[in-house]
This record gives sequence, structure tokens and C-alpha cells, in this order.
Amino acid sequence: MTTWAIEVEALSKSFGNNRALSDIDLKVGRGEHVTVFGPNGAGKTTLVRILSTLSKPSTGMVRMDGEDIRSDPAKIRRRIGMVSHETFLYDDLTVYENLKFYGKMYGIPSLEEHIHEVVSQVKLESRLYDRVGILSHGMQQRVSIARAMIHSPSVMFLDEPEVGLDPRAVIMLRDVLESINTPERTVVMTTHNLKQGLEMGDRVVILNRGKIVYQASKGDIDMANFPEVYEHYTGTAE
Amino acid sequence: MKGSVGKIFTIFWKDILLEIRTKEIITSVLVFALLVLVIFNFAFEPETATMGLVAPGILWVAFTFAGVLGLNRVFAIERGNSRLAGLLLCPVDHMVIYWGKLLGSFTFMLAIEIVVTPIFLALLNLPLLLPRLILIIVLATLGFTSVGTLFSALAINIRARDIMLPILFLPIVVPVVIAAVEATVVVLQGDPWGDMLTWLQIMIAFDIIYLVVSTLVFQYVVEA
Amino acid sequence: MDGRGALRHYILVGLGFALMVAALYMVFIYVPTDKNTGAVQRIFYFHVPLAWIGFLAFFVVFVCSILYLTKRDIKWDVIATASAEVGVVFTSLVLLTGSIWAKAAWGIWWTWDARLTATLVLWFTYVAYLLVRHYVTEDSQRARLSAVLGIVGFIDVPIVALAVMLWRTQHPGAMIFEGGLAPSMLATLIVCIAAFTVFYIILVTQSTRLKNMETDIRDIKNSKID
Repeated sequence: MTTWAIEVEALSKSFGNNRALSDIDLKVGRGEHVTVFGPNGAGKTTLVRILSTLSKPSTGMVRMDGEDIRSDPAKIRRRIGMVSHETFLYDDLTVYENLKFYGKMYGIPSLEEHIHEVVSQVKLESRLYDRVGILSHGMQQRVSIARAMIHSPSVMFLDEPEVGLDPRAVIMLRDVLESINTPERTVVMTTHNLKQGLEMGDRVVILNRGKIVYQASKGDIDMANFPEVYEHYTGTAE
Repeated sequence: MKGSVGKIFTIFWKDILLEIRTKEIITSVLVFALLVLVIFNFAFEPETATMGLVAPGILWVAFTFAGVLGLNRVFAIERGNSRLAGLLLCPVDHMVIYWGKLLGSFTFMLAIEIVVTPIFLALLNLPLLLPRLILIIVLATLGFTSVGTLFSALAINIRARDIMLPILFLPIVVPVVIAAVEATVVVLQGDPWGDMLTWLQIMIAFDIIYLVVSTLVFQYVVEA
Repeated sequence: MDGRGALRHYILVGLGFALMVAALYMVFIYVPTDKNTGAVQRIFYFHVPLAWIGFLAFFVVFVCSILYLTKRDIKWDVIATASAEVGVVFTSLVLLTGSIWAKAAWGIWWTWDARLTATLVLWFTYVAYLLVRHYVTEDSQRARLSAVLGIVGFIDVPIVALAVMLWRTQHPGAMIFEGGLAPSMLATLIVCIAAFTVFYIILVTQSTRLKNMETDIRDIKNSKID
């Protein structure tokens, strides 16, 4: 049994003749929290989509717990949770109905307990029977986290979860995200937000134009200096 | 495959629940289908003699166009908030999603037809319950929705999707339209079963072929 | 185009030219005028090859679509498009020449005959195919979605044919196979089919080359901007 939660080898993705990712090698340990930084169009979302089986790589290999994710994608998806800036929620269903729908799709036993558990984790017990559409964007994003947690995934992808949220909601979201970032859960997060990304990641990766241009463990990073490092590798300020 | 059927019904029930909440598809498409019937009464002289001849055509034009309108919504539901990505992330084969959505669109269209058909028959002073017509409607609707659900998923990826869905859908369902109209003629004229057998067979063949092919190619429509 | 490709191209064009000249000679000078329908019958020698090659073109789209989805090589998508474009043009010409003939032979431009209807439905299907290509901008997505259409559209052909055949038929179809065609007429038809087949191959290869060049140019321009 390998110790890596995620292994990416020589991964490339082209859209037609457009190279979105080229030659990505990345290993993420069990329980490790990796933050992927990069400007718009760097390939962050493409990377997350491939890792989560939503998108097929053009060449290269992705393994999760030592298994090729293409061999049995449905099985792999059971281990994956995803929070993006899109919530995947149905506005006209209540929080409860949304969670119940996704829970059933994952085939969760004792679903009712689970729903109450995840809802209390994101502190939305009082809004359980409200339609998602009437909640604020920040609350919807928290419901989205509950949705991603419903099947207790061992790997969580956070794809720019803070996009479109107001600063107060971002702080709230960060607290919720930190509470789910338990040591045993592997987390890969993409973000523009250098401060939050540094706080939450054990390791930092900078992606630019489809290539990994920088990798470092948090211990080796000079926090105060990091914006300059970022600018140096991407050519853009945060 | 374990639990796949249950998950098909989970998706189906979710769509039913959404429809009960919003009533978006059934109400608007129902009113549209009734309007088509009424408009045709202006286009053709509403005398019994001519109406008997064109009536089957009118009914199926109404159902075909209503079908296009309804099918446009089937995957449009999954567009907002990237819900389709949420569905695709679920640990199920993509076929399950196709069948779940198919079951929903089939049910919605059937619900509309159940209301429209008696009204249509009443306008023609015909008996309101024609069992053979129900069979035709079920077979034709299955044909429409089998390929329509696939195209609905395809159309959400393209620009000008509202107009592209009918342009894609209508040529493909020509055999179903012909067979349904001809079989309806047989029923409305009270001719024997044998006369409509060929048409039923064509619809059954179309249904089976497109259910199988759509199930197989659906994954290519939703992947990225 | 490399040396061998160029040679093949010139041989193909030479062959096509020779066949086309031979076809024109046979259609307008060699073959006798039809007793019943007169000179307008000569349109048959263009109409039938166009119909057959049009159908062949859509079959090529079908095969290339399957190959694209299994192999994911953009090459198959390019050939499929080229073939669909030629197929739509040929099918348009089939409908046009058929109409001209029908006006002379039956006294009407159009009738809802089985083959006419089936050809028209086919034409609509592949016009829709080309429209979808126009409305999707991203290359691999366009290839994927249109491959699905290339498959779903083609398997409809036999069902459409069967349905409209039962619906009605008055087309002068089967006479080629029932020995109703004089040997000189058959010879002319065969030469015409050969000429149009070569013509089709030239059009598809040229169109494929052109599309590849367009992609190359776009890539070069994009890489300059980067």
C-alpha cells in the first residue's frame, strides 16, 4: 500500500491544440494539505477537474491511493469531495432536500443522522428547511461544504471556494473549512488568496501556464516575502 | 450495478420535486400545447370533414413542438451552479444520470399529453378514452425523450442552444412523427389493429435503437 | 505537402479530370436519348452518382465519428467535417437535380415521395451537424459533440428510409437492378459514379489539408501573442 493519497505523473491536458496543463508531476501524502496558487488561466481548475475524474487527461496518469483513477471512476468518486465557487445546489430545494439528494446518490446509510451532523458542522441547523435560493451566498457556500462532506470523503478538493464572497463570508468560510481540514483528510485547495492559502496548506504549489513553477513546504517559506515569490514566478501580483 | 436503479429513481424524484415546487415545465408546456391545438383551428376550417383528416397531424405537431420546449428544460435544470458537475461527481455510471433524466422527461411529457389528448378528442367530438391512442402516445413519447434527453444534454454545451435543440431533434424524430400520425389515423377512423401494426413496430424499433445508442454515447456528451 | 503526397495529389487530380471529361462525353454525346422522357433523362447520370456519393460521405462521417470517440485523434474529426461538408453540398445537388428532373418527368417540382423525403431529412440532419460545429468554439468539445451527432444521425437513416417507404413511394428506383437500363446507359452511369467518387476524394483531402493549415496558422499566431 502506497503512502500517497494522490500521485500525478507526467499529466498533460490539451483542449484541441491548446495546452492547459503540461507535464505535471505532483504527489500528495495522506492527510496532507496542499495549496495550489496561480493566476487565472494557469490551469488550476483543469487540474482539479482531472483529479476529480470530471475531465480526462490527454496523457499521463493519476493515481489515488495507488489506484488509477480511470480504471473505476465511480469507485474513486466515492472518496472525493468537491467545493468550488459553484455550489452544485438546487435553489428550489431546501437545504435538507439537497443534502438528502446527494446523500442518496452516494448511497449513505443512516442518512438522516449524517445530514444533521454535517449541517451542524457548517452551523446551519436553523436553516435546514429553508430553500437554498433564499440563503445568502455565504450560507449557500456553507451548505455546499456540507454537501461535499455528506459522504465523509478522504480527499477534499477546494477549487477557489472564496470567489464571489464578501470579506465577512470569506472569514466565516475559512473557519468552516479549517474545521473540516482534519489531519486525516487530504485536501487540495486552489486559490487566489495568498494569505488564506498559506494558512491552510502544509505545502504550496504555484502553477503558471499549465506548469508547476514552484513547490515548497510551509516551513521553508518566508511568509512575509511570499507575495514577491508569487510575483516572480507568475509575472503577476496577487 | 448495485443500487443503480435506486439512484435512477433518486434523480427522477429530485426532478419531480423540483417540478412540484416550480411548476416550470408542465404549466408552460401544457399551455403551449393547448395553444398549438387552438391555433391550428384557425389555420384549418374547423369543419368536421376536414378536421377528421388533419386532426392526427395537429395532435402530433402539438406534441412534437411541446416536446422540444420541455426537453430544452431537462438539462437546463442542471446548468445553474454547475449542478451537472455535482451530478457527474456522484459515484455512479453516467448511464444512471441519462436514465434518471430520461425518466423525468418521459413523465413530464406524458403528464402533458394526458391532459391535452382528452381536450383534443373532445374538440373533435370523439370518445375521450381511446386505449390504442394511449399506446401510441407512450411509444412515441419514449422515442422523443430517448433521443431528446441526449440532445438536451448536448445542447447545454453549445451557443444558441434554444434554437439548436429543435434543429437537431426534429429531423431525427421524423420516423416517430410519421408512425405516430399514421397510427393515430387508424385509431381515429376505427380501423382494425392490423392496420397500425407496422407503425407500432417502427416506433418500437426506434425506441429500442435510440435507448441503447443514447445510453452508450451519453458519457461522451457530458465528459470534458 | 511532401513529395509523395504531392505526387498522389496530382495523380488523383489527373485521374479525376480524365474521368470527368469521359463522363461528360458519355452523358452528352455517347449515350442515346431516352425514348420516354427525352433529353432531361441525362440528368440521371449526375443525380444518381451525387446521391450515392452523398450517402457515402455521411457513412464516412459515421465511421470517423466512431474512430474519433475511440482513438481521440483530432484527425478523424477533421476528415468527418470535410466529408459532412461535401455530403451536404452533394445532397443539396441531389435535391436540385431531382427537382429539375421531376418537373420534366412528372410535371411537378417536388413530391413527398419516399426517397425525396428521406434525402431531405438526411440533408437537415447534416446541416444541423454543421451548425453545431459552428456553435461550439472549443476544439475537443466540438469534435466530441459532433462525433456523437455523426453516430446518432446516421443510425437514423435506415429507420427514416423504412418509415417514409411505408408512408409512400413513387420513385423510379429499382430499374437499374431489374435490367431496365440499356448497356450503354449502365456504362455511362458507372463512369459517372467513378468520376464523382474521385471528385469526392479530392474534395475531402483538399478540405482536410486546408483545415489542418488553418489550425496550424492559428497556433502559430497564438504562440506569437504568448
